Amino acid sequence: MAVSGLDVFGLWIGAALSLCIFSFLYRDNPFYRLAEHIFVGVSAGYYMCTGYWQVLQPNLIARLQDGDWRYAIAAVLGGMLLMRLWPKYAWVGRWPLAFMVGIYAGYNIVYTMQAQVLAQVSDTIVSLWNNPDWTATLKNWIILVGVLTSLAYFYFSVEHKGVIGQAARVGVWVLMITFGATFGYTVMARVSLLVGRVMYFQDVWTHTARWLGIS
Amino acid sequence: MKREVPLIITFVAGAVMIVQFYTLPLSWLGDLFNDFFNIIVTCAYVLGAASLLIANGRKIQRQAPGWGYNAVLLLSLLATLFCGFCIFPQGGLPTDAGTPFDWIFQNVYTPMSAATYSLLAFYIASASYRAFRARSAEATILLVTAFMVMLFRIPLGELLWEQLPILHYLDIGDFIETWIIGGFNTAGQRAIMLGASVGLISVSLKILLGIERSYLGSAD
Repeated sequence: MAVSGLDVFGLWIGAALSLCIFSFLYRDNPFYRLAEHIFVGVSAGYYMCTGYWQVLQPNLIARLQDGDWRYAIAAVLGGMLLMRLWPKYAWVGRWPLAFMVGIYAGYNIVYTMQAQVLAQVSDTIVSLWNNPDWTATLKNWIILVGVLTSLAYFYFSVEHKGVIGQAARVGVWVLMITFGATFGYTVMARVSLLVGRVMYFQDVWTHTARWLGIS
Repeated sequence: MKREVPLIITFVAGAVMIVQFYTLPLSWLGDLFNDFFNIIVTCAYVLGAASLLIANGRKIQRQAPGWGYNAVLLLSLLATLFCGFCIFPQGGLPTDAGTPFDWIFQNVYTPMSAATYSLLAFYIASASYRAFRARSAEATILLVTAFMVMLFRIPLGELLWEQLPILHYLDIGDFIETWIIGGFNTAGQRAIMLGASVGLISVSLKILLGIERSYLGSAD
């Protein structure tokens, strides 16, 4: 694969900026702050541009050009949101905000109920005997007891005493196993990202060497 | 009017989303409102960028301490916007592969984003030290689980396990996958998800009914 000078320049820029970010491990310093401010600026610009080309252009501008004037409502609401930049008229920005909050709340009530609550409850109603093998039976018991005891821990309407208290205690153990597994996976994901960064630095050298024709 | 109209808008928008879910002929309304939602969210990005411009512009104007960094932020924002809106390739969009905007994404945004997240590998190591002190039965369970997941899900861990007498007959990878991840972890995650979902539905209902109004901000 041919490597251009612009590619190599880009890799060096990326490597330099990555090193600036890593310099924070020593302590806060001008290199880190420089990289941090570049990151914020580029991120804001990136999301604004992709938002325009992927959402506003096809969903708003193209539709208005096609004569679908219903979308003028969205344009007006979007414009009203920008009124928050002027403190005197900031209250106008509440209307689009209220619209977004309302949509999100309505969406959550029906879709969360269907996709999360009902689906999770349905998956927890499992066969506790007559399974093809004993591992499936044991696993189903673990899931059922684990879910019920963990929910008992989150149930604060009664005091955690007696049967509820015992169930909540078992629930804490199940939750600790969950947190341990989640923590383990998180550590592995972050270390994997770090490995990716180290390999990126290696790529900088190999691509530079290839561009210079010494490998 | 400044607070009542938003409350009515919230209720109507939410009610429409609920009704269209159960009424097939009205599903077009749900799609339309979803499009409106996405358009307004994108306008919020514009608001964010404009806010950045104003806040940093003021600091530069006042020559506040560290204003040079604010100038760098503005320059990088304007350069990205210029590449994303003004430099068109032949027959394509400024955001297509191979454009200056894509070059910024590949060589500035992506490396810095990955470096920032990988920084957490170091901080999570110090968090591990604090978390991994087995002071109680619960902390010990967390410690043992995290240790098993981290060590025995990688080839080195499996190699070490195979050196252990007697225990090596147990397939440790399968044990973690079946019992820890597929059993206890699934149960715990499911309970957390159920609790969070019920909480989310309850807050959503309070918002629609106008009981929860904090999203409207102060009373002016």
